[in-house]
Order: sequence, then structure tokens, then C-alpha cells
Amino acid sequence: MATAVSIAAEREHYLNKEYGIRSWLLTTDHKRIALLYLASITFFFFIGGFFALLIRLELLTPAGDLVQADTYNKLFTMHGVIMVFFFLIPAVPAVLGNFLVPLMIGARDLAFPKINLLSWYCYIAGGILVLHAMLTGGLDTGWTFYTPFSTAFSNTAVVEAGLGVFINGFSSILTGLNFIVTIHRMRAPGLTWSRLPLFLWSHYATSVIMLLGTPVIAITLVLVVLERAFHLGIFDPTRGGDPLLFQHLFWFYSHPAVYIMILPSMGVVSEIVTCFSRKRVFGYYFVAMASIGIAVIGFFVWAHHMFVAGMSLYAALIFSILSYLVAVPSAIKVFNWTATLYKGSVSFSTPMLYAFGFIGLFTMGGLTGLFLAALGIDVHVTDTYFVVAHFHYIMVGGTVMGYLGGMHYWWPKISGRLYPESWGRLAALIVFLGFNLTFFPQFILGYLGMPRRYWQYPPEFQVLNVLSTAGSTILAVGYLLPMVYFLWSMRYGKLADDNPWNAAGLEWKTTSPPPTFNFEETPVVTWEAYNYNELPALEEVRVER
Amino acid sequence: MSDSPAPLALEHTPGLQHHFADMEQQRNASSLGMWIFLGTEIMFFGGMFLAYLVYRMWYFNEFAAGSRTLNLPIGAVNTAVLICSSLTVALSVRAAQLGKRMLLVTLLVLTILFGLVFLGVKAYEWNEKFTEHHVPGYSFHFKQESTEKPVDQGRAQIFFSLYFAMTGMHALHMIIGVGIFGVITWMAWRGRFTPEYHTPVEIAGLYWHFVDIVWIYLFPLLYLIDRRPHG
Repeated sequence: MATAVSIAAEREHYLNKEYGIRSWLLTTDHKRIALLYLASITFFFFIGGFFALLIRLELLTPAGDLVQADTYNKLFTMHGVIMVFFFLIPAVPAVLGNFLVPLMIGARDLAFPKINLLSWYCYIAGGILVLHAMLTGGLDTGWTFYTPFSTAFSNTAVVEAGLGVFINGFSSILTGLNFIVTIHRMRAPGLTWSRLPLFLWSHYATSVIMLLGTPVIAITLVLVVLERAFHLGIFDPTRGGDPLLFQHLFWFYSHPAVYIMILPSMGVVSEIVTCFSRKRVFGYYFVAMASIGIAVIGFFVWAHHMFVAGMSLYAALIFSILSYLVAVPSAIKVFNWTATLYKGSVSFSTPMLYAFGFIGLFTMGGLTGLFLAALGIDVHVTDTYFVVAHFHYIMVGGTVMGYLGGMHYWWPKISGRLYPESWGRLAALIVFLGFNLTFFPQFILGYLGMPRRYWQYPPEFQVLNVLSTAGSTILAVGYLLPMVYFLWSMRYGKLADDNPWNAAGLEWKTTSPPPTFNFEETPVVTWEAYNYNELPALEEVRVER
Repeated sequence: MSDSPAPLALEHTPGLQHHFADMEQQRNASSLGMWIFLGTEIMFFGGMFLAYLVYRMWYFNEFAAGSRTLNLPIGAVNTAVLICSSLTVALSVRAAQLGKRMLLVTLLVLTILFGLVFLGVKAYEWNEKFTEHHVPGYSFHFKQESTEKPVDQGRAQIFFSLYFAMTGMHALHMIIGVGIFGVITWMAWRGRFTPEYHTPVEIAGLYWHFVDIVWIYLFPLLYLIDRRPHG
């Protein structure tokens, strides 16, 4: 064993092949680009999280004592813009997807490696613009950039921030384009569509949304910027322009964007649940097609963000029904994960804890989404903390849990090291508890009528707000912990072997960390996806080691 | 063992990148990539076409009046120029397939020239808008012909806002296209393309045709809304 480990340490792989800043900034290796994304996304996550903590601190007391109203507007806007566009949307696809898509299909790289690098530079350029806007005037439009406030009234750096988000959009488009072409054209011999890991199905569906949705918000933001900078009048009500048109165009992307956030995490959960149940995933085709179903139906529900904005009742009814419909494929996934657990040999490793967290929190977020799809209830809770709690259950409870679960699951492959398991479980538990303490009180607050986006509130709401703020500090600890022990494990972690979870899937058939071109020779796939019935149980593997 | 056991036979194929198995796979990937990108472009322009559709339905009178002030003969000539450029692009792909280098370079240069003529004419038209006070903003003024139904100044600005946004975005795509064809021409001049490898000519051609088609829609939508004689 000792000799095997020392050989692994000396073996050339993608991390030690070249050193130096140039070898990273000019790399076209999808694995290195994934790590570039990992570093930059983590950076933005903590900036966005910092704003969130300031928001929660302000809401600790009913009076507006920590910040002024204007500052508060900027805080929640920058929190939203950074978390949505610079963390949640790219998190799983750009880090785990970039790393895993070629590995899972047995390819040497994505189809367009240089475009892949370009996508990271788009992300960075957009990020720098937004950060600069943040430091020189900020942004107070809400992450939604609603007109005519953003075009005519806001005194903040709307043009710069809008351009930043616009440029960042190309990073999404280029990543999605790369994934689709790669999955279509570069699968290893024998890897048919029906043998594709569900992670890839969900990334395929995500890419479709990225490609069809992102250009629409791109042109919408361009029109906003042109209106503000050059006095075009497309959304200007004083000239007959229609702000509702802006809202339609905005949500045409921004609702499907929620599925850009959640679908990749669903793919992660599918991989984890089946691996740690040692069972083939229940209803493979249904889970795969549910991803496509979510992507398709997700494009026809956008106006449920606008029920109170002034729409015809008939349009509202149709969008309400369609919003109910999108719950069907989501429910199929949840039920199938549950059925996969049934009679499985379940082990509670860290990734599995995150997957459980995902299933529970996503279910809560999804069910409260149905409340909001109902026209009557939506009118009552529109723009209250109920909505805030709902989408945080989906985006943070869903996306971030999946992202962290995936990071733990594939960390041995990415770094070649094992993270400390007991710390991992502890962090997963802290995140779950902290999350619920932060956001569950907000459901109640919203239902009682506390509106979102205010820096003050009536004193009777204080107890629930204190609970929420307390939870957010616990959540922050839970998010800091993995970053600390991941960094620690890069140097001191135990060396991982090629397949520490004894998992199915091509990415585990190469070495950890993989060589620059992924596989010594192109693999030939002769087995079905998730053939866990043919693999030994996880405990047996552990004992052998 | 080495990390990059590229079979020797492949390394001698010019233009084949290391991560593709063969030329066929590489060509398929490139052309699929460009088609998908063009799909995103349709969605990009689609946002403006949607806005156009909505406002044209609401404010037909202003759109028709605004449309009549556009310079029809010049717009028509420009359309013809662009169609000619698409012809030279199509022929250049054929020339690349046949491996005729000088013909290829000539056709590519012609394409660039047509593109530049189009942009020059467009610049002239934009300039007209400035002198006629048809640029949205504080100095906007729409002088109405006596025979027309009363024209609302604000709604007329929406027409010209869309005119500038749509033709501006189209012109930006033309400029990028001219840049791409500059690179392609240089590569062709250096003899980089062979009958076996000329994918860049093909996919750049796809992009050019797309930008051309966008104009084929823009021209009637902006110039030909209502040209019936009035009075």
C-alpha cells in the first residue's frame, strides 16, 4: 500500500504537470479551468454571503439602525446580483460540470477548450465590472433591474453593473454550448444515450436553458443600458413604452435561470444517492426525462412572477396551471431518489448527508412554490418574506446543498486527497440546521405580512427575525468549515485511491487526480449506467482497505 | 507511461486538435457548435423582434409614419449588396472545397468589401437620422406630413429606438463578421485550408449567412411597413 501511494504521489497528473501562473491562466485543460472557476466562484460566494450577513444584522432590530434605507437597498441588490449571476448559475456547471463532463463521457477534453477558457475570462470580466460598480456607487435596483426605476430614476451604477451581467452571460452561453456539443459528439464508444450518467442528462437540460434563455436577458439588459445611456425609449412609459414588456423579457430568462441553478444539483444528487445506496437509480429513464421536462416546461411559467403586475386574468390562469405542471417532473425526481433508497444499503457519508439535505429542503421549497403558483395565495404573499424563504429553500437549500455534496463526493478525484470525514459530517449538519433556522422563520414572517426589501419592520416581527439572524451566523460557520478543511486536505489529507467510493461511472476509472488527457486510452463502455449490483458494497471495500 | 498517448498517425493530420479522435469528429463538433450559437443569436435578436411586434401592433400609425422617412432606395441597394456578399461567401466555401487558393482569397476579399460597403451606407443613413432629429432623446422631433394622421412624438421615438437598436445590433454583428473574415482571408492567403480541412471557412460562412438573413427580415420590417401613397 505504501509503495502504491508513493507512486501515486510521483505520477504526473493535471495538477503537477506544469507549475506557474501562466500554466493556469492560459490553460485549456477543462480540469484546470474548473479549478479557476472554483476559486473565483468561492470568492464571489463569500462576498455575496458577506452582504447577506449585513442584511441579517440590520434586521436584528426593528429600527433601521445599522444602515440607512439607501444602503440597505444596495446591500440586498448586490447580494442578489452576485449570488444569482456569479455564484448560483455558474456554481455546479462551471466547476463540477467542467471537471466531470469530459471525464464522464470518456473524452480527453470539452469540444472547444479555448472557448472554455474564454468563458472563464467572460466571467471574470463581468465580475470585475460588477465589483467596480459596487465600489463606485453601488446598485439599488434589486437584482431584477426593473424599469423604469433602473432606466430613469436610480442614481447608481446601473450601466456598468448591467454590462457586467451582460458579459458574464457569455460565460453561461459558451459553457452550455461546449457541454451540448461535447455530449453529442464526443462520447466514448459504447456510451449510448441510455447509458449516460444522470449528471450529464441534467447538464444537457441545463445547457439547453442556458443557450435559449441567456441571450434574451442579454438583449434585455442591452436595451436597458441603451435606454439609460443613450435615451432610447423602448421601456419608457412617458413615451408609450411598456415596463411590463421588460418584466416579461426579464423573467423569460430569469425564471428558467432557477432551473439552471437547480438542475445540475439534481444531477449531483442522482449520482450520490445511487452510489451511497449501492443500488441502480430507480427509474433511470424517468429521472433523465424529468430533467428535459423541467427544462421545457420551465420556459412557459415565467409570468407567475408577475401575477400582481397587471396581466390578463386568463394569461394568469394559464401561467398558474403551467407552474403547477412543472412540479410534476420535480416530484418524479424526489420520489425516484426515495425509491432508490428503499432496500438499498445506505451509508451516511458526507455527500449523502448533503443529498438528504437537498431532498428535504428542495421538497419544502418546491411545495411552497405550489402555494405561490396558486393565484389567490400569491396575491396575499407577493413580495413578502414568504417568497424570500421559498426561493432560498430552492436556491440555497437546493443548489448549494447539491454543490457542496458534489464537491465532497468528487473532491478525491479533483485533488487526489480525502477530506476529513467527521469534519465533513459535522459541517453538513451545521449547514442543515443553520439553514433551517435562518429561513424557516421567514415563511412565517411572510405569511404574517412582513414585506421584503425593507430595512425596518414593526416590533412584533422581532423574535422571528432574531431567530433568522442567529441562523445565518450558524450557516456562515457551516460554509466556512468545508473551505477550511478542503484547503487543509490539499496538503495534509490522506491520499485518495482512484475510486474511494467504489462508485460506478467513467470518472472513477481513471486515476485520482486524472492525467491531463484524462484517460490512458479511450475507454469502451460495455455496461449500463449505475451497475451497482455488479459492484461490491461500500463497507466491504472499506474493510479491505 | 506517457500522459498523452496520441497515436502517431493522428499527429500528422494538419489542423486536427489533440482531443478529437479524427477530422470527421472535429468537423462535426465545429459545425454543430456554430449552429447552436446561431440558435442563441436567434433568441438574442428575438427579444427585439418581440418588442417590435408588440409596439407595431399598438402604435401602427407612428411606426408607418416613421418607416416612410427611412431612405428606401438606399436601403434596397444595401440589401442587394448584402445578398451579393452571401453569394461570394457561398462561392468561397466551394473554392475552399476545391482547394483553389487564389479564387478563395479573391472571394473572401470581395465579401469583406461588400460588408464594408454595407457598413458605410448604414453609417450614411444613421447620419441622416441625426440631421433629421430622428435620434431618440431630448432633441428628437418628428416632423409630420400634413396628409398623415396625427403622430405621437413619444411613440415615434419608440419606432426610432427600435430602429437604432436593431440596425445597431445588426451592424455590430457585421463588424464582427468583417473581423472574422479578415482572419479567414489571412489564413487562406497563408495556404492553411485544403480540401480536407476548411472548417473555419464553412462555419464563418454560416455566421455570415445568418447575419445576412437577419437583415433580410429587418429590411421589410423597418422600411416597408406602409408605403402606400397617402392623400
